[in-house]
Amino acid sequence: MSIAEKFVAMEYGPAPEDPKEALAWLDLHGRRFGHFIDNTWRPPTEDGYFETADPSTGEKLATVAQGSASDIDGAVRAASAALPKWQALTPHARARYLYALARTVQKHSRRLAVLETMDNGKPIRESRDIDIPLVARHFYHHAGWAQLLQQEFPGYTACGVVGQIIPWNFPLLMLAWKIAPALATGNTVVLKPAEFTPLTALAFAEICSEIGLPRGVVNIVTGDGSTGEALVKHPDVAKIAFTGSTEVGRAIRSATASSHKRLSLELGGKSPFIIFEDADLDSAVEGLVDGIWFNQGQVCCAGSRLLMQESIAEALIAKVRERMSTLRAGAPLDKSIDIGAIVARVQLDRIKRLVEQGVAEGATCWQPQIELPSRGLYYPPTLLSNVHPTSIVAQREIFGPVLATMTFRTPSEAVELANNTLYGLAACVWSESINVALHVASQLKAGVVWVNCTNLFDASCGFGGYRESGYGREGGREGLLEYLEPAWFRSAPALPAAKLPADQKSTDDNLARPAIDRTVKLYIGGKQARPDSGYSMEIRASDGRLLGEAPLGNRKDIRNAVEAAHKASGWAKTTAHSRAQVLYYVAENLSQRSEEIARRLAAVVGETQAASEVSLGIERIFSYAAWADKFDGAVHNPPFRNIALAMNEPLGTVGIVCPNQAPLLGFLSLVMPVLAAGNAAVVVPSEMYPLITADLYQLFDTSDLPGGAVNIVTGYTSQLLKTLAEHDDVDAIWCFGDGTSAAAAKTYSIGNLKQVFTNEGRAIDWFDVTQGEGRWFLQHAVQVKNIWVPYGE
Amino acid sequence: MTDHAGVDTFAADSHGPIATLGGRPLISNCGIPLNLDWVQQVRVNTSAVERRAQSHVARRTVKKEWQAAWLLRAVSCMDLTTLSGDDTEERVRRLCAKARHPIQDDLVKRLGIEELDIKVAAVCVYHTFVETAVRALEGSGVRVAAVSTGFPAGLSPLTERVAEIRRSVEAGANDIDVVITRAHVFGGKWQALYDEIAAFKQASGSAHMKVILGTGDLLTLRNVARASFVAMMAGADFIKTSTGKEPTNATLPVGFVMTRAIREYAQETGMAVGFKPAGGIRTAKQSIEWLALMKEELGTSWMRSELFRFGASGLLNDIERQLEHYATGRYSADYRHPVA
Repeated sequence: MSIAEKFVAMEYGPAPEDPKEALAWLDLHGRRFGHFIDNTWRPPTEDGYFETADPSTGEKLATVAQGSASDIDGAVRAASAALPKWQALTPHARARYLYALARTVQKHSRRLAVLETMDNGKPIRESRDIDIPLVARHFYHHAGWAQLLQQEFPGYTACGVVGQIIPWNFPLLMLAWKIAPALATGNTVVLKPAEFTPLTALAFAEICSEIGLPRGVVNIVTGDGSTGEALVKHPDVAKIAFTGSTEVGRAIRSATASSHKRLSLELGGKSPFIIFEDADLDSAVEGLVDGIWFNQGQVCCAGSRLLMQESIAEALIAKVRERMSTLRAGAPLDKSIDIGAIVARVQLDRIKRLVEQGVAEGATCWQPQIELPSRGLYYPPTLLSNVHPTSIVAQREIFGPVLATMTFRTPSEAVELANNTLYGLAACVWSESINVALHVASQLKAGVVWVNCTNLFDASCGFGGYRESGYGREGGREGLLEYLEPAWFRSAPALPAAKLPADQKSTDDNLARPAIDRTVKLYIGGKQARPDSGYSMEIRASDGRLLGEAPLGNRKDIRNAVEAAHKASGWAKTTAHSRAQVLYYVAENLSQRSEEIARRLAAVVGETQAASEVSLGIERIFSYAAWADKFDGAVHNPPFRNIALAMNEPLGTVGIVCPNQAPLLGFLSLVMPVLAAGNAAVVVPSEMYPLITADLYQLFDTSDLPGGAVNIVTGYTSQLLKTLAEHDDVDAIWCFGDGTSAAAAKTYSIGNLKQVFTNEGRAIDWFDVTQGEGRWFLQHAVQVKNIWVPYGE
Repeated sequence: MTDHAGVDTFAADSHGPIATLGGRPLISNCGIPLNLDWVQQVRVNTSAVERRAQSHVARRTVKKEWQAAWLLRAVSCMDLTTLSGDDTEERVRRLCAKARHPIQDDLVKRLGIEELDIKVAAVCVYHTFVETAVRALEGSGVRVAAVSTGFPAGLSPLTERVAEIRRSVEAGANDIDVVITRAHVFGGKWQALYDEIAAFKQASGSAHMKVILGTGDLLTLRNVARASFVAMMAGADFIKTSTGKEPTNATLPVGFVMTRAIREYAQETGMAVGFKPAGGIRTAKQSIEWLALMKEELGTSWMRSELFRFGASGLLNDIERQLEHYATGRYSADYRHPVA
C-alpha cells in the first residue's frame, strides 16, 4: 500500500518494538538458565529444565531450571549464611544497595520491559510505562526506608530468611514488591518466580550481581508449584510472602500452620467498579479500560464487576461498547496495542469456560468486532450484561478481559452488591460528589478504594486485601511491618507447658470446699447467659481448692456470641472519643472493685500477682483508652496530584483466646486494643481462671459498653478455639494460648483465611509494658484501607 | 474502528452526510434551541481527563510510511496562520504561496504522492488581509479564514463584532473564526452566550463559523465542556480551543473534553461539528497525537479538513523536516525548507 493509499485509510499500521537487545541477552545465556544461588548460576540438582514461551507466538524463549527441594535447600542455606553479615551492615549500607538496584533497573529498563512483554504477553506500553517504572520506584522508595529503619522502627528486627512466591501477571513488579521491603528491613530472600514468567526475575538476578549485592542476599529458584511447596515447607524459612490465587494461598496457610512462619498473602479479587449517575461517564469508561482491560484483565484488583446506577445504565453501556470497539488487540510488542496475549493456554481455556458458563446462566455476551491475531493466545474484550449476583461470572475471579455488569438503585444497594463477595481487594467509585464517593468508599470492604481513578499504584501506599483477598499489605509503612518483628518477641522464651491447678488433684476436696458465693455465666450480647450444654467445669485454686464452677461453653454458645458480636457493629461507628470514654469508665469501675477482684484472683495466682494484675490492668485500660483516638491512619505521598488516605479500619469480629499466665491482665491486654480499634470481640478467657468472667461482665455492664461489643464464652480452650477459628463470620483470631493452640488457630482458620495473630507459643511478659501493650497489638487490630482521591478542577 | 472505515468518500456537500459515528450518517450542524438541562448536566473529572490524555500519547503511535501519511494528513488539515501586529500584505502573500505549495516538489516525488496534490486547508489572517489572501489563493482550493469579532479579546460592542463578520464574508473569507465573550461562561449566562453565537452564525452566512472558546481563559474543563455545548447548539460549524494569545492554548485534556462533547452532540442530534485545536501545536509528533485523538474519540471521518483543522504557524516546518527524514533517512534542518 502506497503512502497515498495510507493517506486515505488513516490506519495506525504496525509499530513494533525491537526485541533485538532482549533476544541478545537470552542468547548471551545460551537461552538456558540455572538457579541464581549465592550469586552464582547453579544447574538444577535433580529435575532438569522446562521451557518458557512467548504466548503471542508460541515460540520458545528459553529453558529454565526446575527447582527441586534440594535446590530450595541450597538457596535457603545461602540466604541463611548471608543473613548475619547482611544484618550487620548499617542501614545506610543497605540503602546504598537498594539505591543501586533502583538505578540499575532504570539503566536496563527497556530490556526488562521487552523481556517482560515477550514472556508474559502484556502490551509493551504497559511493561514500559507502568511495570518497570514502578519497579524502579519501589526500590527507590525502599532505599529510603532502609536508610530510616532504625529511627522509624526502633525495637523491631528482621524476620530472617524470607521465602517469596510471585505470580505471572506482573512478574518483575511483584518481585520488586517482595524483594525491596524484605531487603530494606534486613532480611535475606529466596524468591520463586512464576513458572510461566521466570525471565525478568533471572534478569534481575544478574542485576544483583552487577551491583555487587553480597552473596546469598537474593536467591532466585525457578520452578513450578512443587518448587514453591518446597520453599513453603523449608524449616529455616522465617516468613512466606505469597501473591497468587486464593486456592494456593489457602494451601500455604495450611502448610505453615504448625510452624512459626510469618505469612502474608495477596490473593484474588472480584473488585467492584461502581458508577453513580453524577459521574463523568466518559472518564469512567476510560477507567474501565485501565481496569478490566489492563493486562488482558489478568489483574488481581481488576474492576471486574461493573455496578451502574439504573438511571445511567443504558447510556453507559452504549459508551462502553463504543470504547471497546476502539481497543486494539494484537502483538504485545506493538506500541499501539491495548490488549496483548493471554499468558498461557490453560488460562485462556479457563476464561472461555467461565464465560460460557456465565452465558448458560443467563448473561448476555457482547464482544466488539475487532481483529484478533490468527495465532497466539488471545481473547477479545468481553461485556457480560444481565448478570445476577448468583451467577458464576459475578462471583468467581475470571482473570481475563471480561466485565460483568449489574445495576443498583441507591448508594446503599451499591455498597451491598459491592460487598457481596468473598473477596475484598480493591474497589472503584465514580461520582462527582465527594459526599457520595467518600461515604461509599468508607463502607466498602476493600483494601484499596480508588475514587474517580483505577489501578493507581505506588510504593508509598499499602496494597492488600480484606477477607479472602488475603492479609498483610505491600508498600508503605504498613508493608514494611510485614517483614519486621519486635526484637523482644523474636527472642522471647517458649511458653512453659500449662499446668492447670485442676490437674493437681487435691486430696480433700470436700473439706476445703467453701460456699459458692455466686453463679458465673457466659456473657453474650450484653446479657448473662447459661451455657447451651447445661454443664459446668470445676475451677480450682493453686492449692487445688475448688473455687467455683464456670459454665462449659460449646459450639452453640460460640455461634450465639459471634452473632451478638456481628450485631454490635455500631461499636465500630461510635466515635473514637466515645470509645475512649467507655474504656476509661471500665478502668474507673475496675478501680472501684479492685480489692474484691484481686482477692478472688489471688486464690489462683497469689496475692502479689493478683494485686499487680489489677493495678496494671487499670493502667492497660487507660493506655488503650488513650490510644483509641490516637491510632491514626496516614496521608501518603504518591507521585500524583491526589490525596491517598490510609485509614485504620477495624477488622470486624475478633476471636480472642486468653493466656493462662495472667488471667485478668492477659484478658485486658488483648481485649482492650481490639475494642479501642472498634472491633467486637468473642473472648475465651483462660482455662486457669475463667471465673474472672463474672467480675468482668459486671464491669462492662456498668461502664456503658454496648451489648455484644465483648462476649465471653468459658470452657475448654481447645474446643472453643476450633469453632471460633472455623467460623466464617469471625474476621480474625488472636490466640495467646500455648504452641498447640497457635497451630490450631492457624489450621482452623483456613476456611475464610481470617487473620491470625498469636504468641507463636512464646512467653509474653504481660507485666512488662514494652511487651504487653502498644502499637504492635493495635496494628493487628486494624486493617489499612487506602483511599485514593485525585483532585483538580 | 471498522465503524469508521471508508469515510473519505463523503463529499463536502453540506446537504449530504459529512461524517459517520457508530455507523450512523451525520449532517452538518444547523444548531438546536438552547437546552439548558444538557448544559447543566455536564460532568468532567479533570484528573481523569488528564490521565486519559497522558496515556493517550503512549497508547498510539504511527511509524514509517504510516507516519508519513499521517503527517501529510496533518498538512491537509492545517489552517496556516499569521496573526501578528507586524503582518503586512507581502508577508500574507508569502504565507499563501506556502499554503499552495507546502511541500517541496522533490520531496513530493520521493514520497510518491503527486496525485494527492497536498495543500493546507486554509490560510488564517486578520480581516485587513482577507482580500490579499483571497487574491493570492485564487484557484488553489485553499480557503481563507478570518479571525473576527474583536479577536482575540472579543470585547468590542456586539454590533461592531457582527459587522466585522459581514465585512470579512463580503471580502471573500470562507471561514470565520469568532471569539466568545468569556464573561458569559464565568457568569453562567448561557442564553446570552447562545444568542451571541447565533448572531455570529447568522452574520457568517454560508461561511464556516469556527467558535473560539478561549479555553486558556475558561480554565476549568467543566467550563470548556459547557461552552462547547452552547456553541454547538447555537450553530457552530467548528469549535476551536483558543486564540493562540492565551496563557495556555490547545492542550490534549481540552481536546478530549471538546471532542467528547462533539461526539455526544452528534449522538443526540445527528449533526457533526468540526474541531480545531489552535496554539501551541508546533511539532510533527504533536500533530499525530491530535490526529490520533480524533480517530479514537470520533473516528476516521473526523480526520479530514471538513471537520478537523490545526491552527498553527510553525508546525508545517517541523512536519516538512520529518517527512524529509522519512524520505532520506537523514535528520533534516529548518533552513532546507522554504519559509512561509
